[in-house]
Amino acid sequence: MIFGDIFAVFVLHQNAARVGAELSAAAQAALAGDRSSVGAHFRDVGAFLENRGTKVDTHVHMIDFGYLALLLAVLQPWVALADKTKRGFGWMFLAGAGLLPVGVFFIHYVGLAYSPLRAIGWASIFADLGGGCVLLATAVYLVGLCIHFRSPVSVPDGLLELRTKAGQRLLAGGLILVVLGFAHGAYYAATDLYRQEAEDHEILSRMVAGSASQDAVRVDAALAEYGQLQGDKAVKIAAHAHIIEFGLLAMILAFFQPYVNLSEKWKLRWVVVLLAGSVLLPVCVLFELRFGLFAGGLADVGGLMVIVALVAMWIGILRYTGRLDVGAEIAS
Amino acid sequence: MSTARRVLLLGGIALAIVGMCHGTWYAVFAEHQALDRIGESLASAFTLASERNFAPVTTVLAEYRDAKYAHERQVDAHGHWIGLAMLLIVLGIAFDRVALAEKQKLALAIGLLAGATLFPLTVWLQIFSHGSVPRALTVASSALMIATLGITALGLSVKSSMFSRNND
Repeated sequence: MIFGDIFAVFVLHQNAARVGAELSAAAQAALAGDRSSVGAHFRDVGAFLENRGTKVDTHVHMIDFGYLALLLAVLQPWVALADKTKRGFGWMFLAGAGLLPVGVFFIHYVGLAYSPLRAIGWASIFADLGGGCVLLATAVYLVGLCIHFRSPVSVPDGLLELRTKAGQRLLAGGLILVVLGFAHGAYYAATDLYRQEAEDHEILSRMVAGSASQDAVRVDAALAEYGQLQGDKAVKIAAHAHIIEFGLLAMILAFFQPYVNLSEKWKLRWVVVLLAGSVLLPVCVLFELRFGLFAGGLADVGGLMVIVALVAMWIGILRYTGRLDVGAEIAS
Repeated sequence: MSTARRVLLLGGIALAIVGMCHGTWYAVFAEHQALDRIGESLASAFTLASERNFAPVTTVLAEYRDAKYAHERQVDAHGHWIGLAMLLIVLGIAFDRVALAEKQKLALAIGLLAGATLFPLTVWLQIFSHGSVPRALTVASSALMIATLGITALGLSVKSSMFSRNND
């Protein structure tokens, strides 16, 4: 999340502006009949898009692997494997989950240098290796879970039996966020997705036709429309993805509430902060095109609220583990 | 553990593995080529325009459109499979907190698993058929997912409010 915030503030918008500027320069070069400049500008567009794409992928994979790790951690009492095996595959999962985002991040910088393959560089190879580790570890845990379900032995799990008000609110609130995100996604698919895909092709056709017929006005109008279209698409997809991810996060955090060593009042406050931030960010992202930086700033505040609430809960868990350590020392 | 929870937990992890296999296959064997095709076709269109040679542009831009269409659906299928799989796992852990009878919960779990499997699958199938059948299936499976999830949210909220009342 911190990487995503840094990326959004320092890279994303500047990068989008550069992509737009290079596409505009390519269209102007085509208008002027300058064939070699067209190729050069498109190489730059490709590089900027790769830079952006790999950073988005790093952000998304890091968070999703984090979620999956938390979920698999909750399921561990039901995985019928030896502790040593479970720990070993746990490390393999974490190594893969670390390697993939780092590999993806470096794809843009390493490129195809010293690569034995034509299309894939070393950074991609390591990223795929990381993905393979995560895949293998998850498959092993699935086998362990299947073995457990086939045996009649029942394993009691204290964590899942404990219920708190904060946990119940996070669970219900998180699921409502996910449902809202799904509804928004369905609405987007029904009203915008196919229209935007058709417009993307149609605007580019007009841009190219304008360049070929040396019609500068037509090219400029198409460029402006293309920028608007890309912005519209980006904010709608970002809002859809973020509300669902935050909903999922809230639901996962619900299971850990018994381990958050804070007063009940403060636990409920942090739940409110987390859920409010989870709504504020996607809603403000949706309004970014209409209200510009004001909405963008509010969206960042929403992201910050989620991070602060998450840190507070994390500190609560640290206090809990600290108390356990002290208890163990006193007992010994 | 109830059958409904088993369906969600095993189904969720299996679906996550399917999504990862698909993502790994796409990243290793198809993604780089697809991105190259998108970039090259767009650059070719503008290069042809700079040469005032407009006749082949329509074909080149159609290649760009098709390559982009396929790439976006591959990425969407991968992302949705894993995202929905994680949601199934979370629901599987918490499913006994839903205020419904066991039989209803089992039906709900099967509906959730079916929606989570079919929705990304039908998105992926749109690559091979641009007709209305895969799109209609996508709409139907997403409606199934939203409906089952809505009922689950309602069941959880009822139990949550009961819990709050009992503790106040």
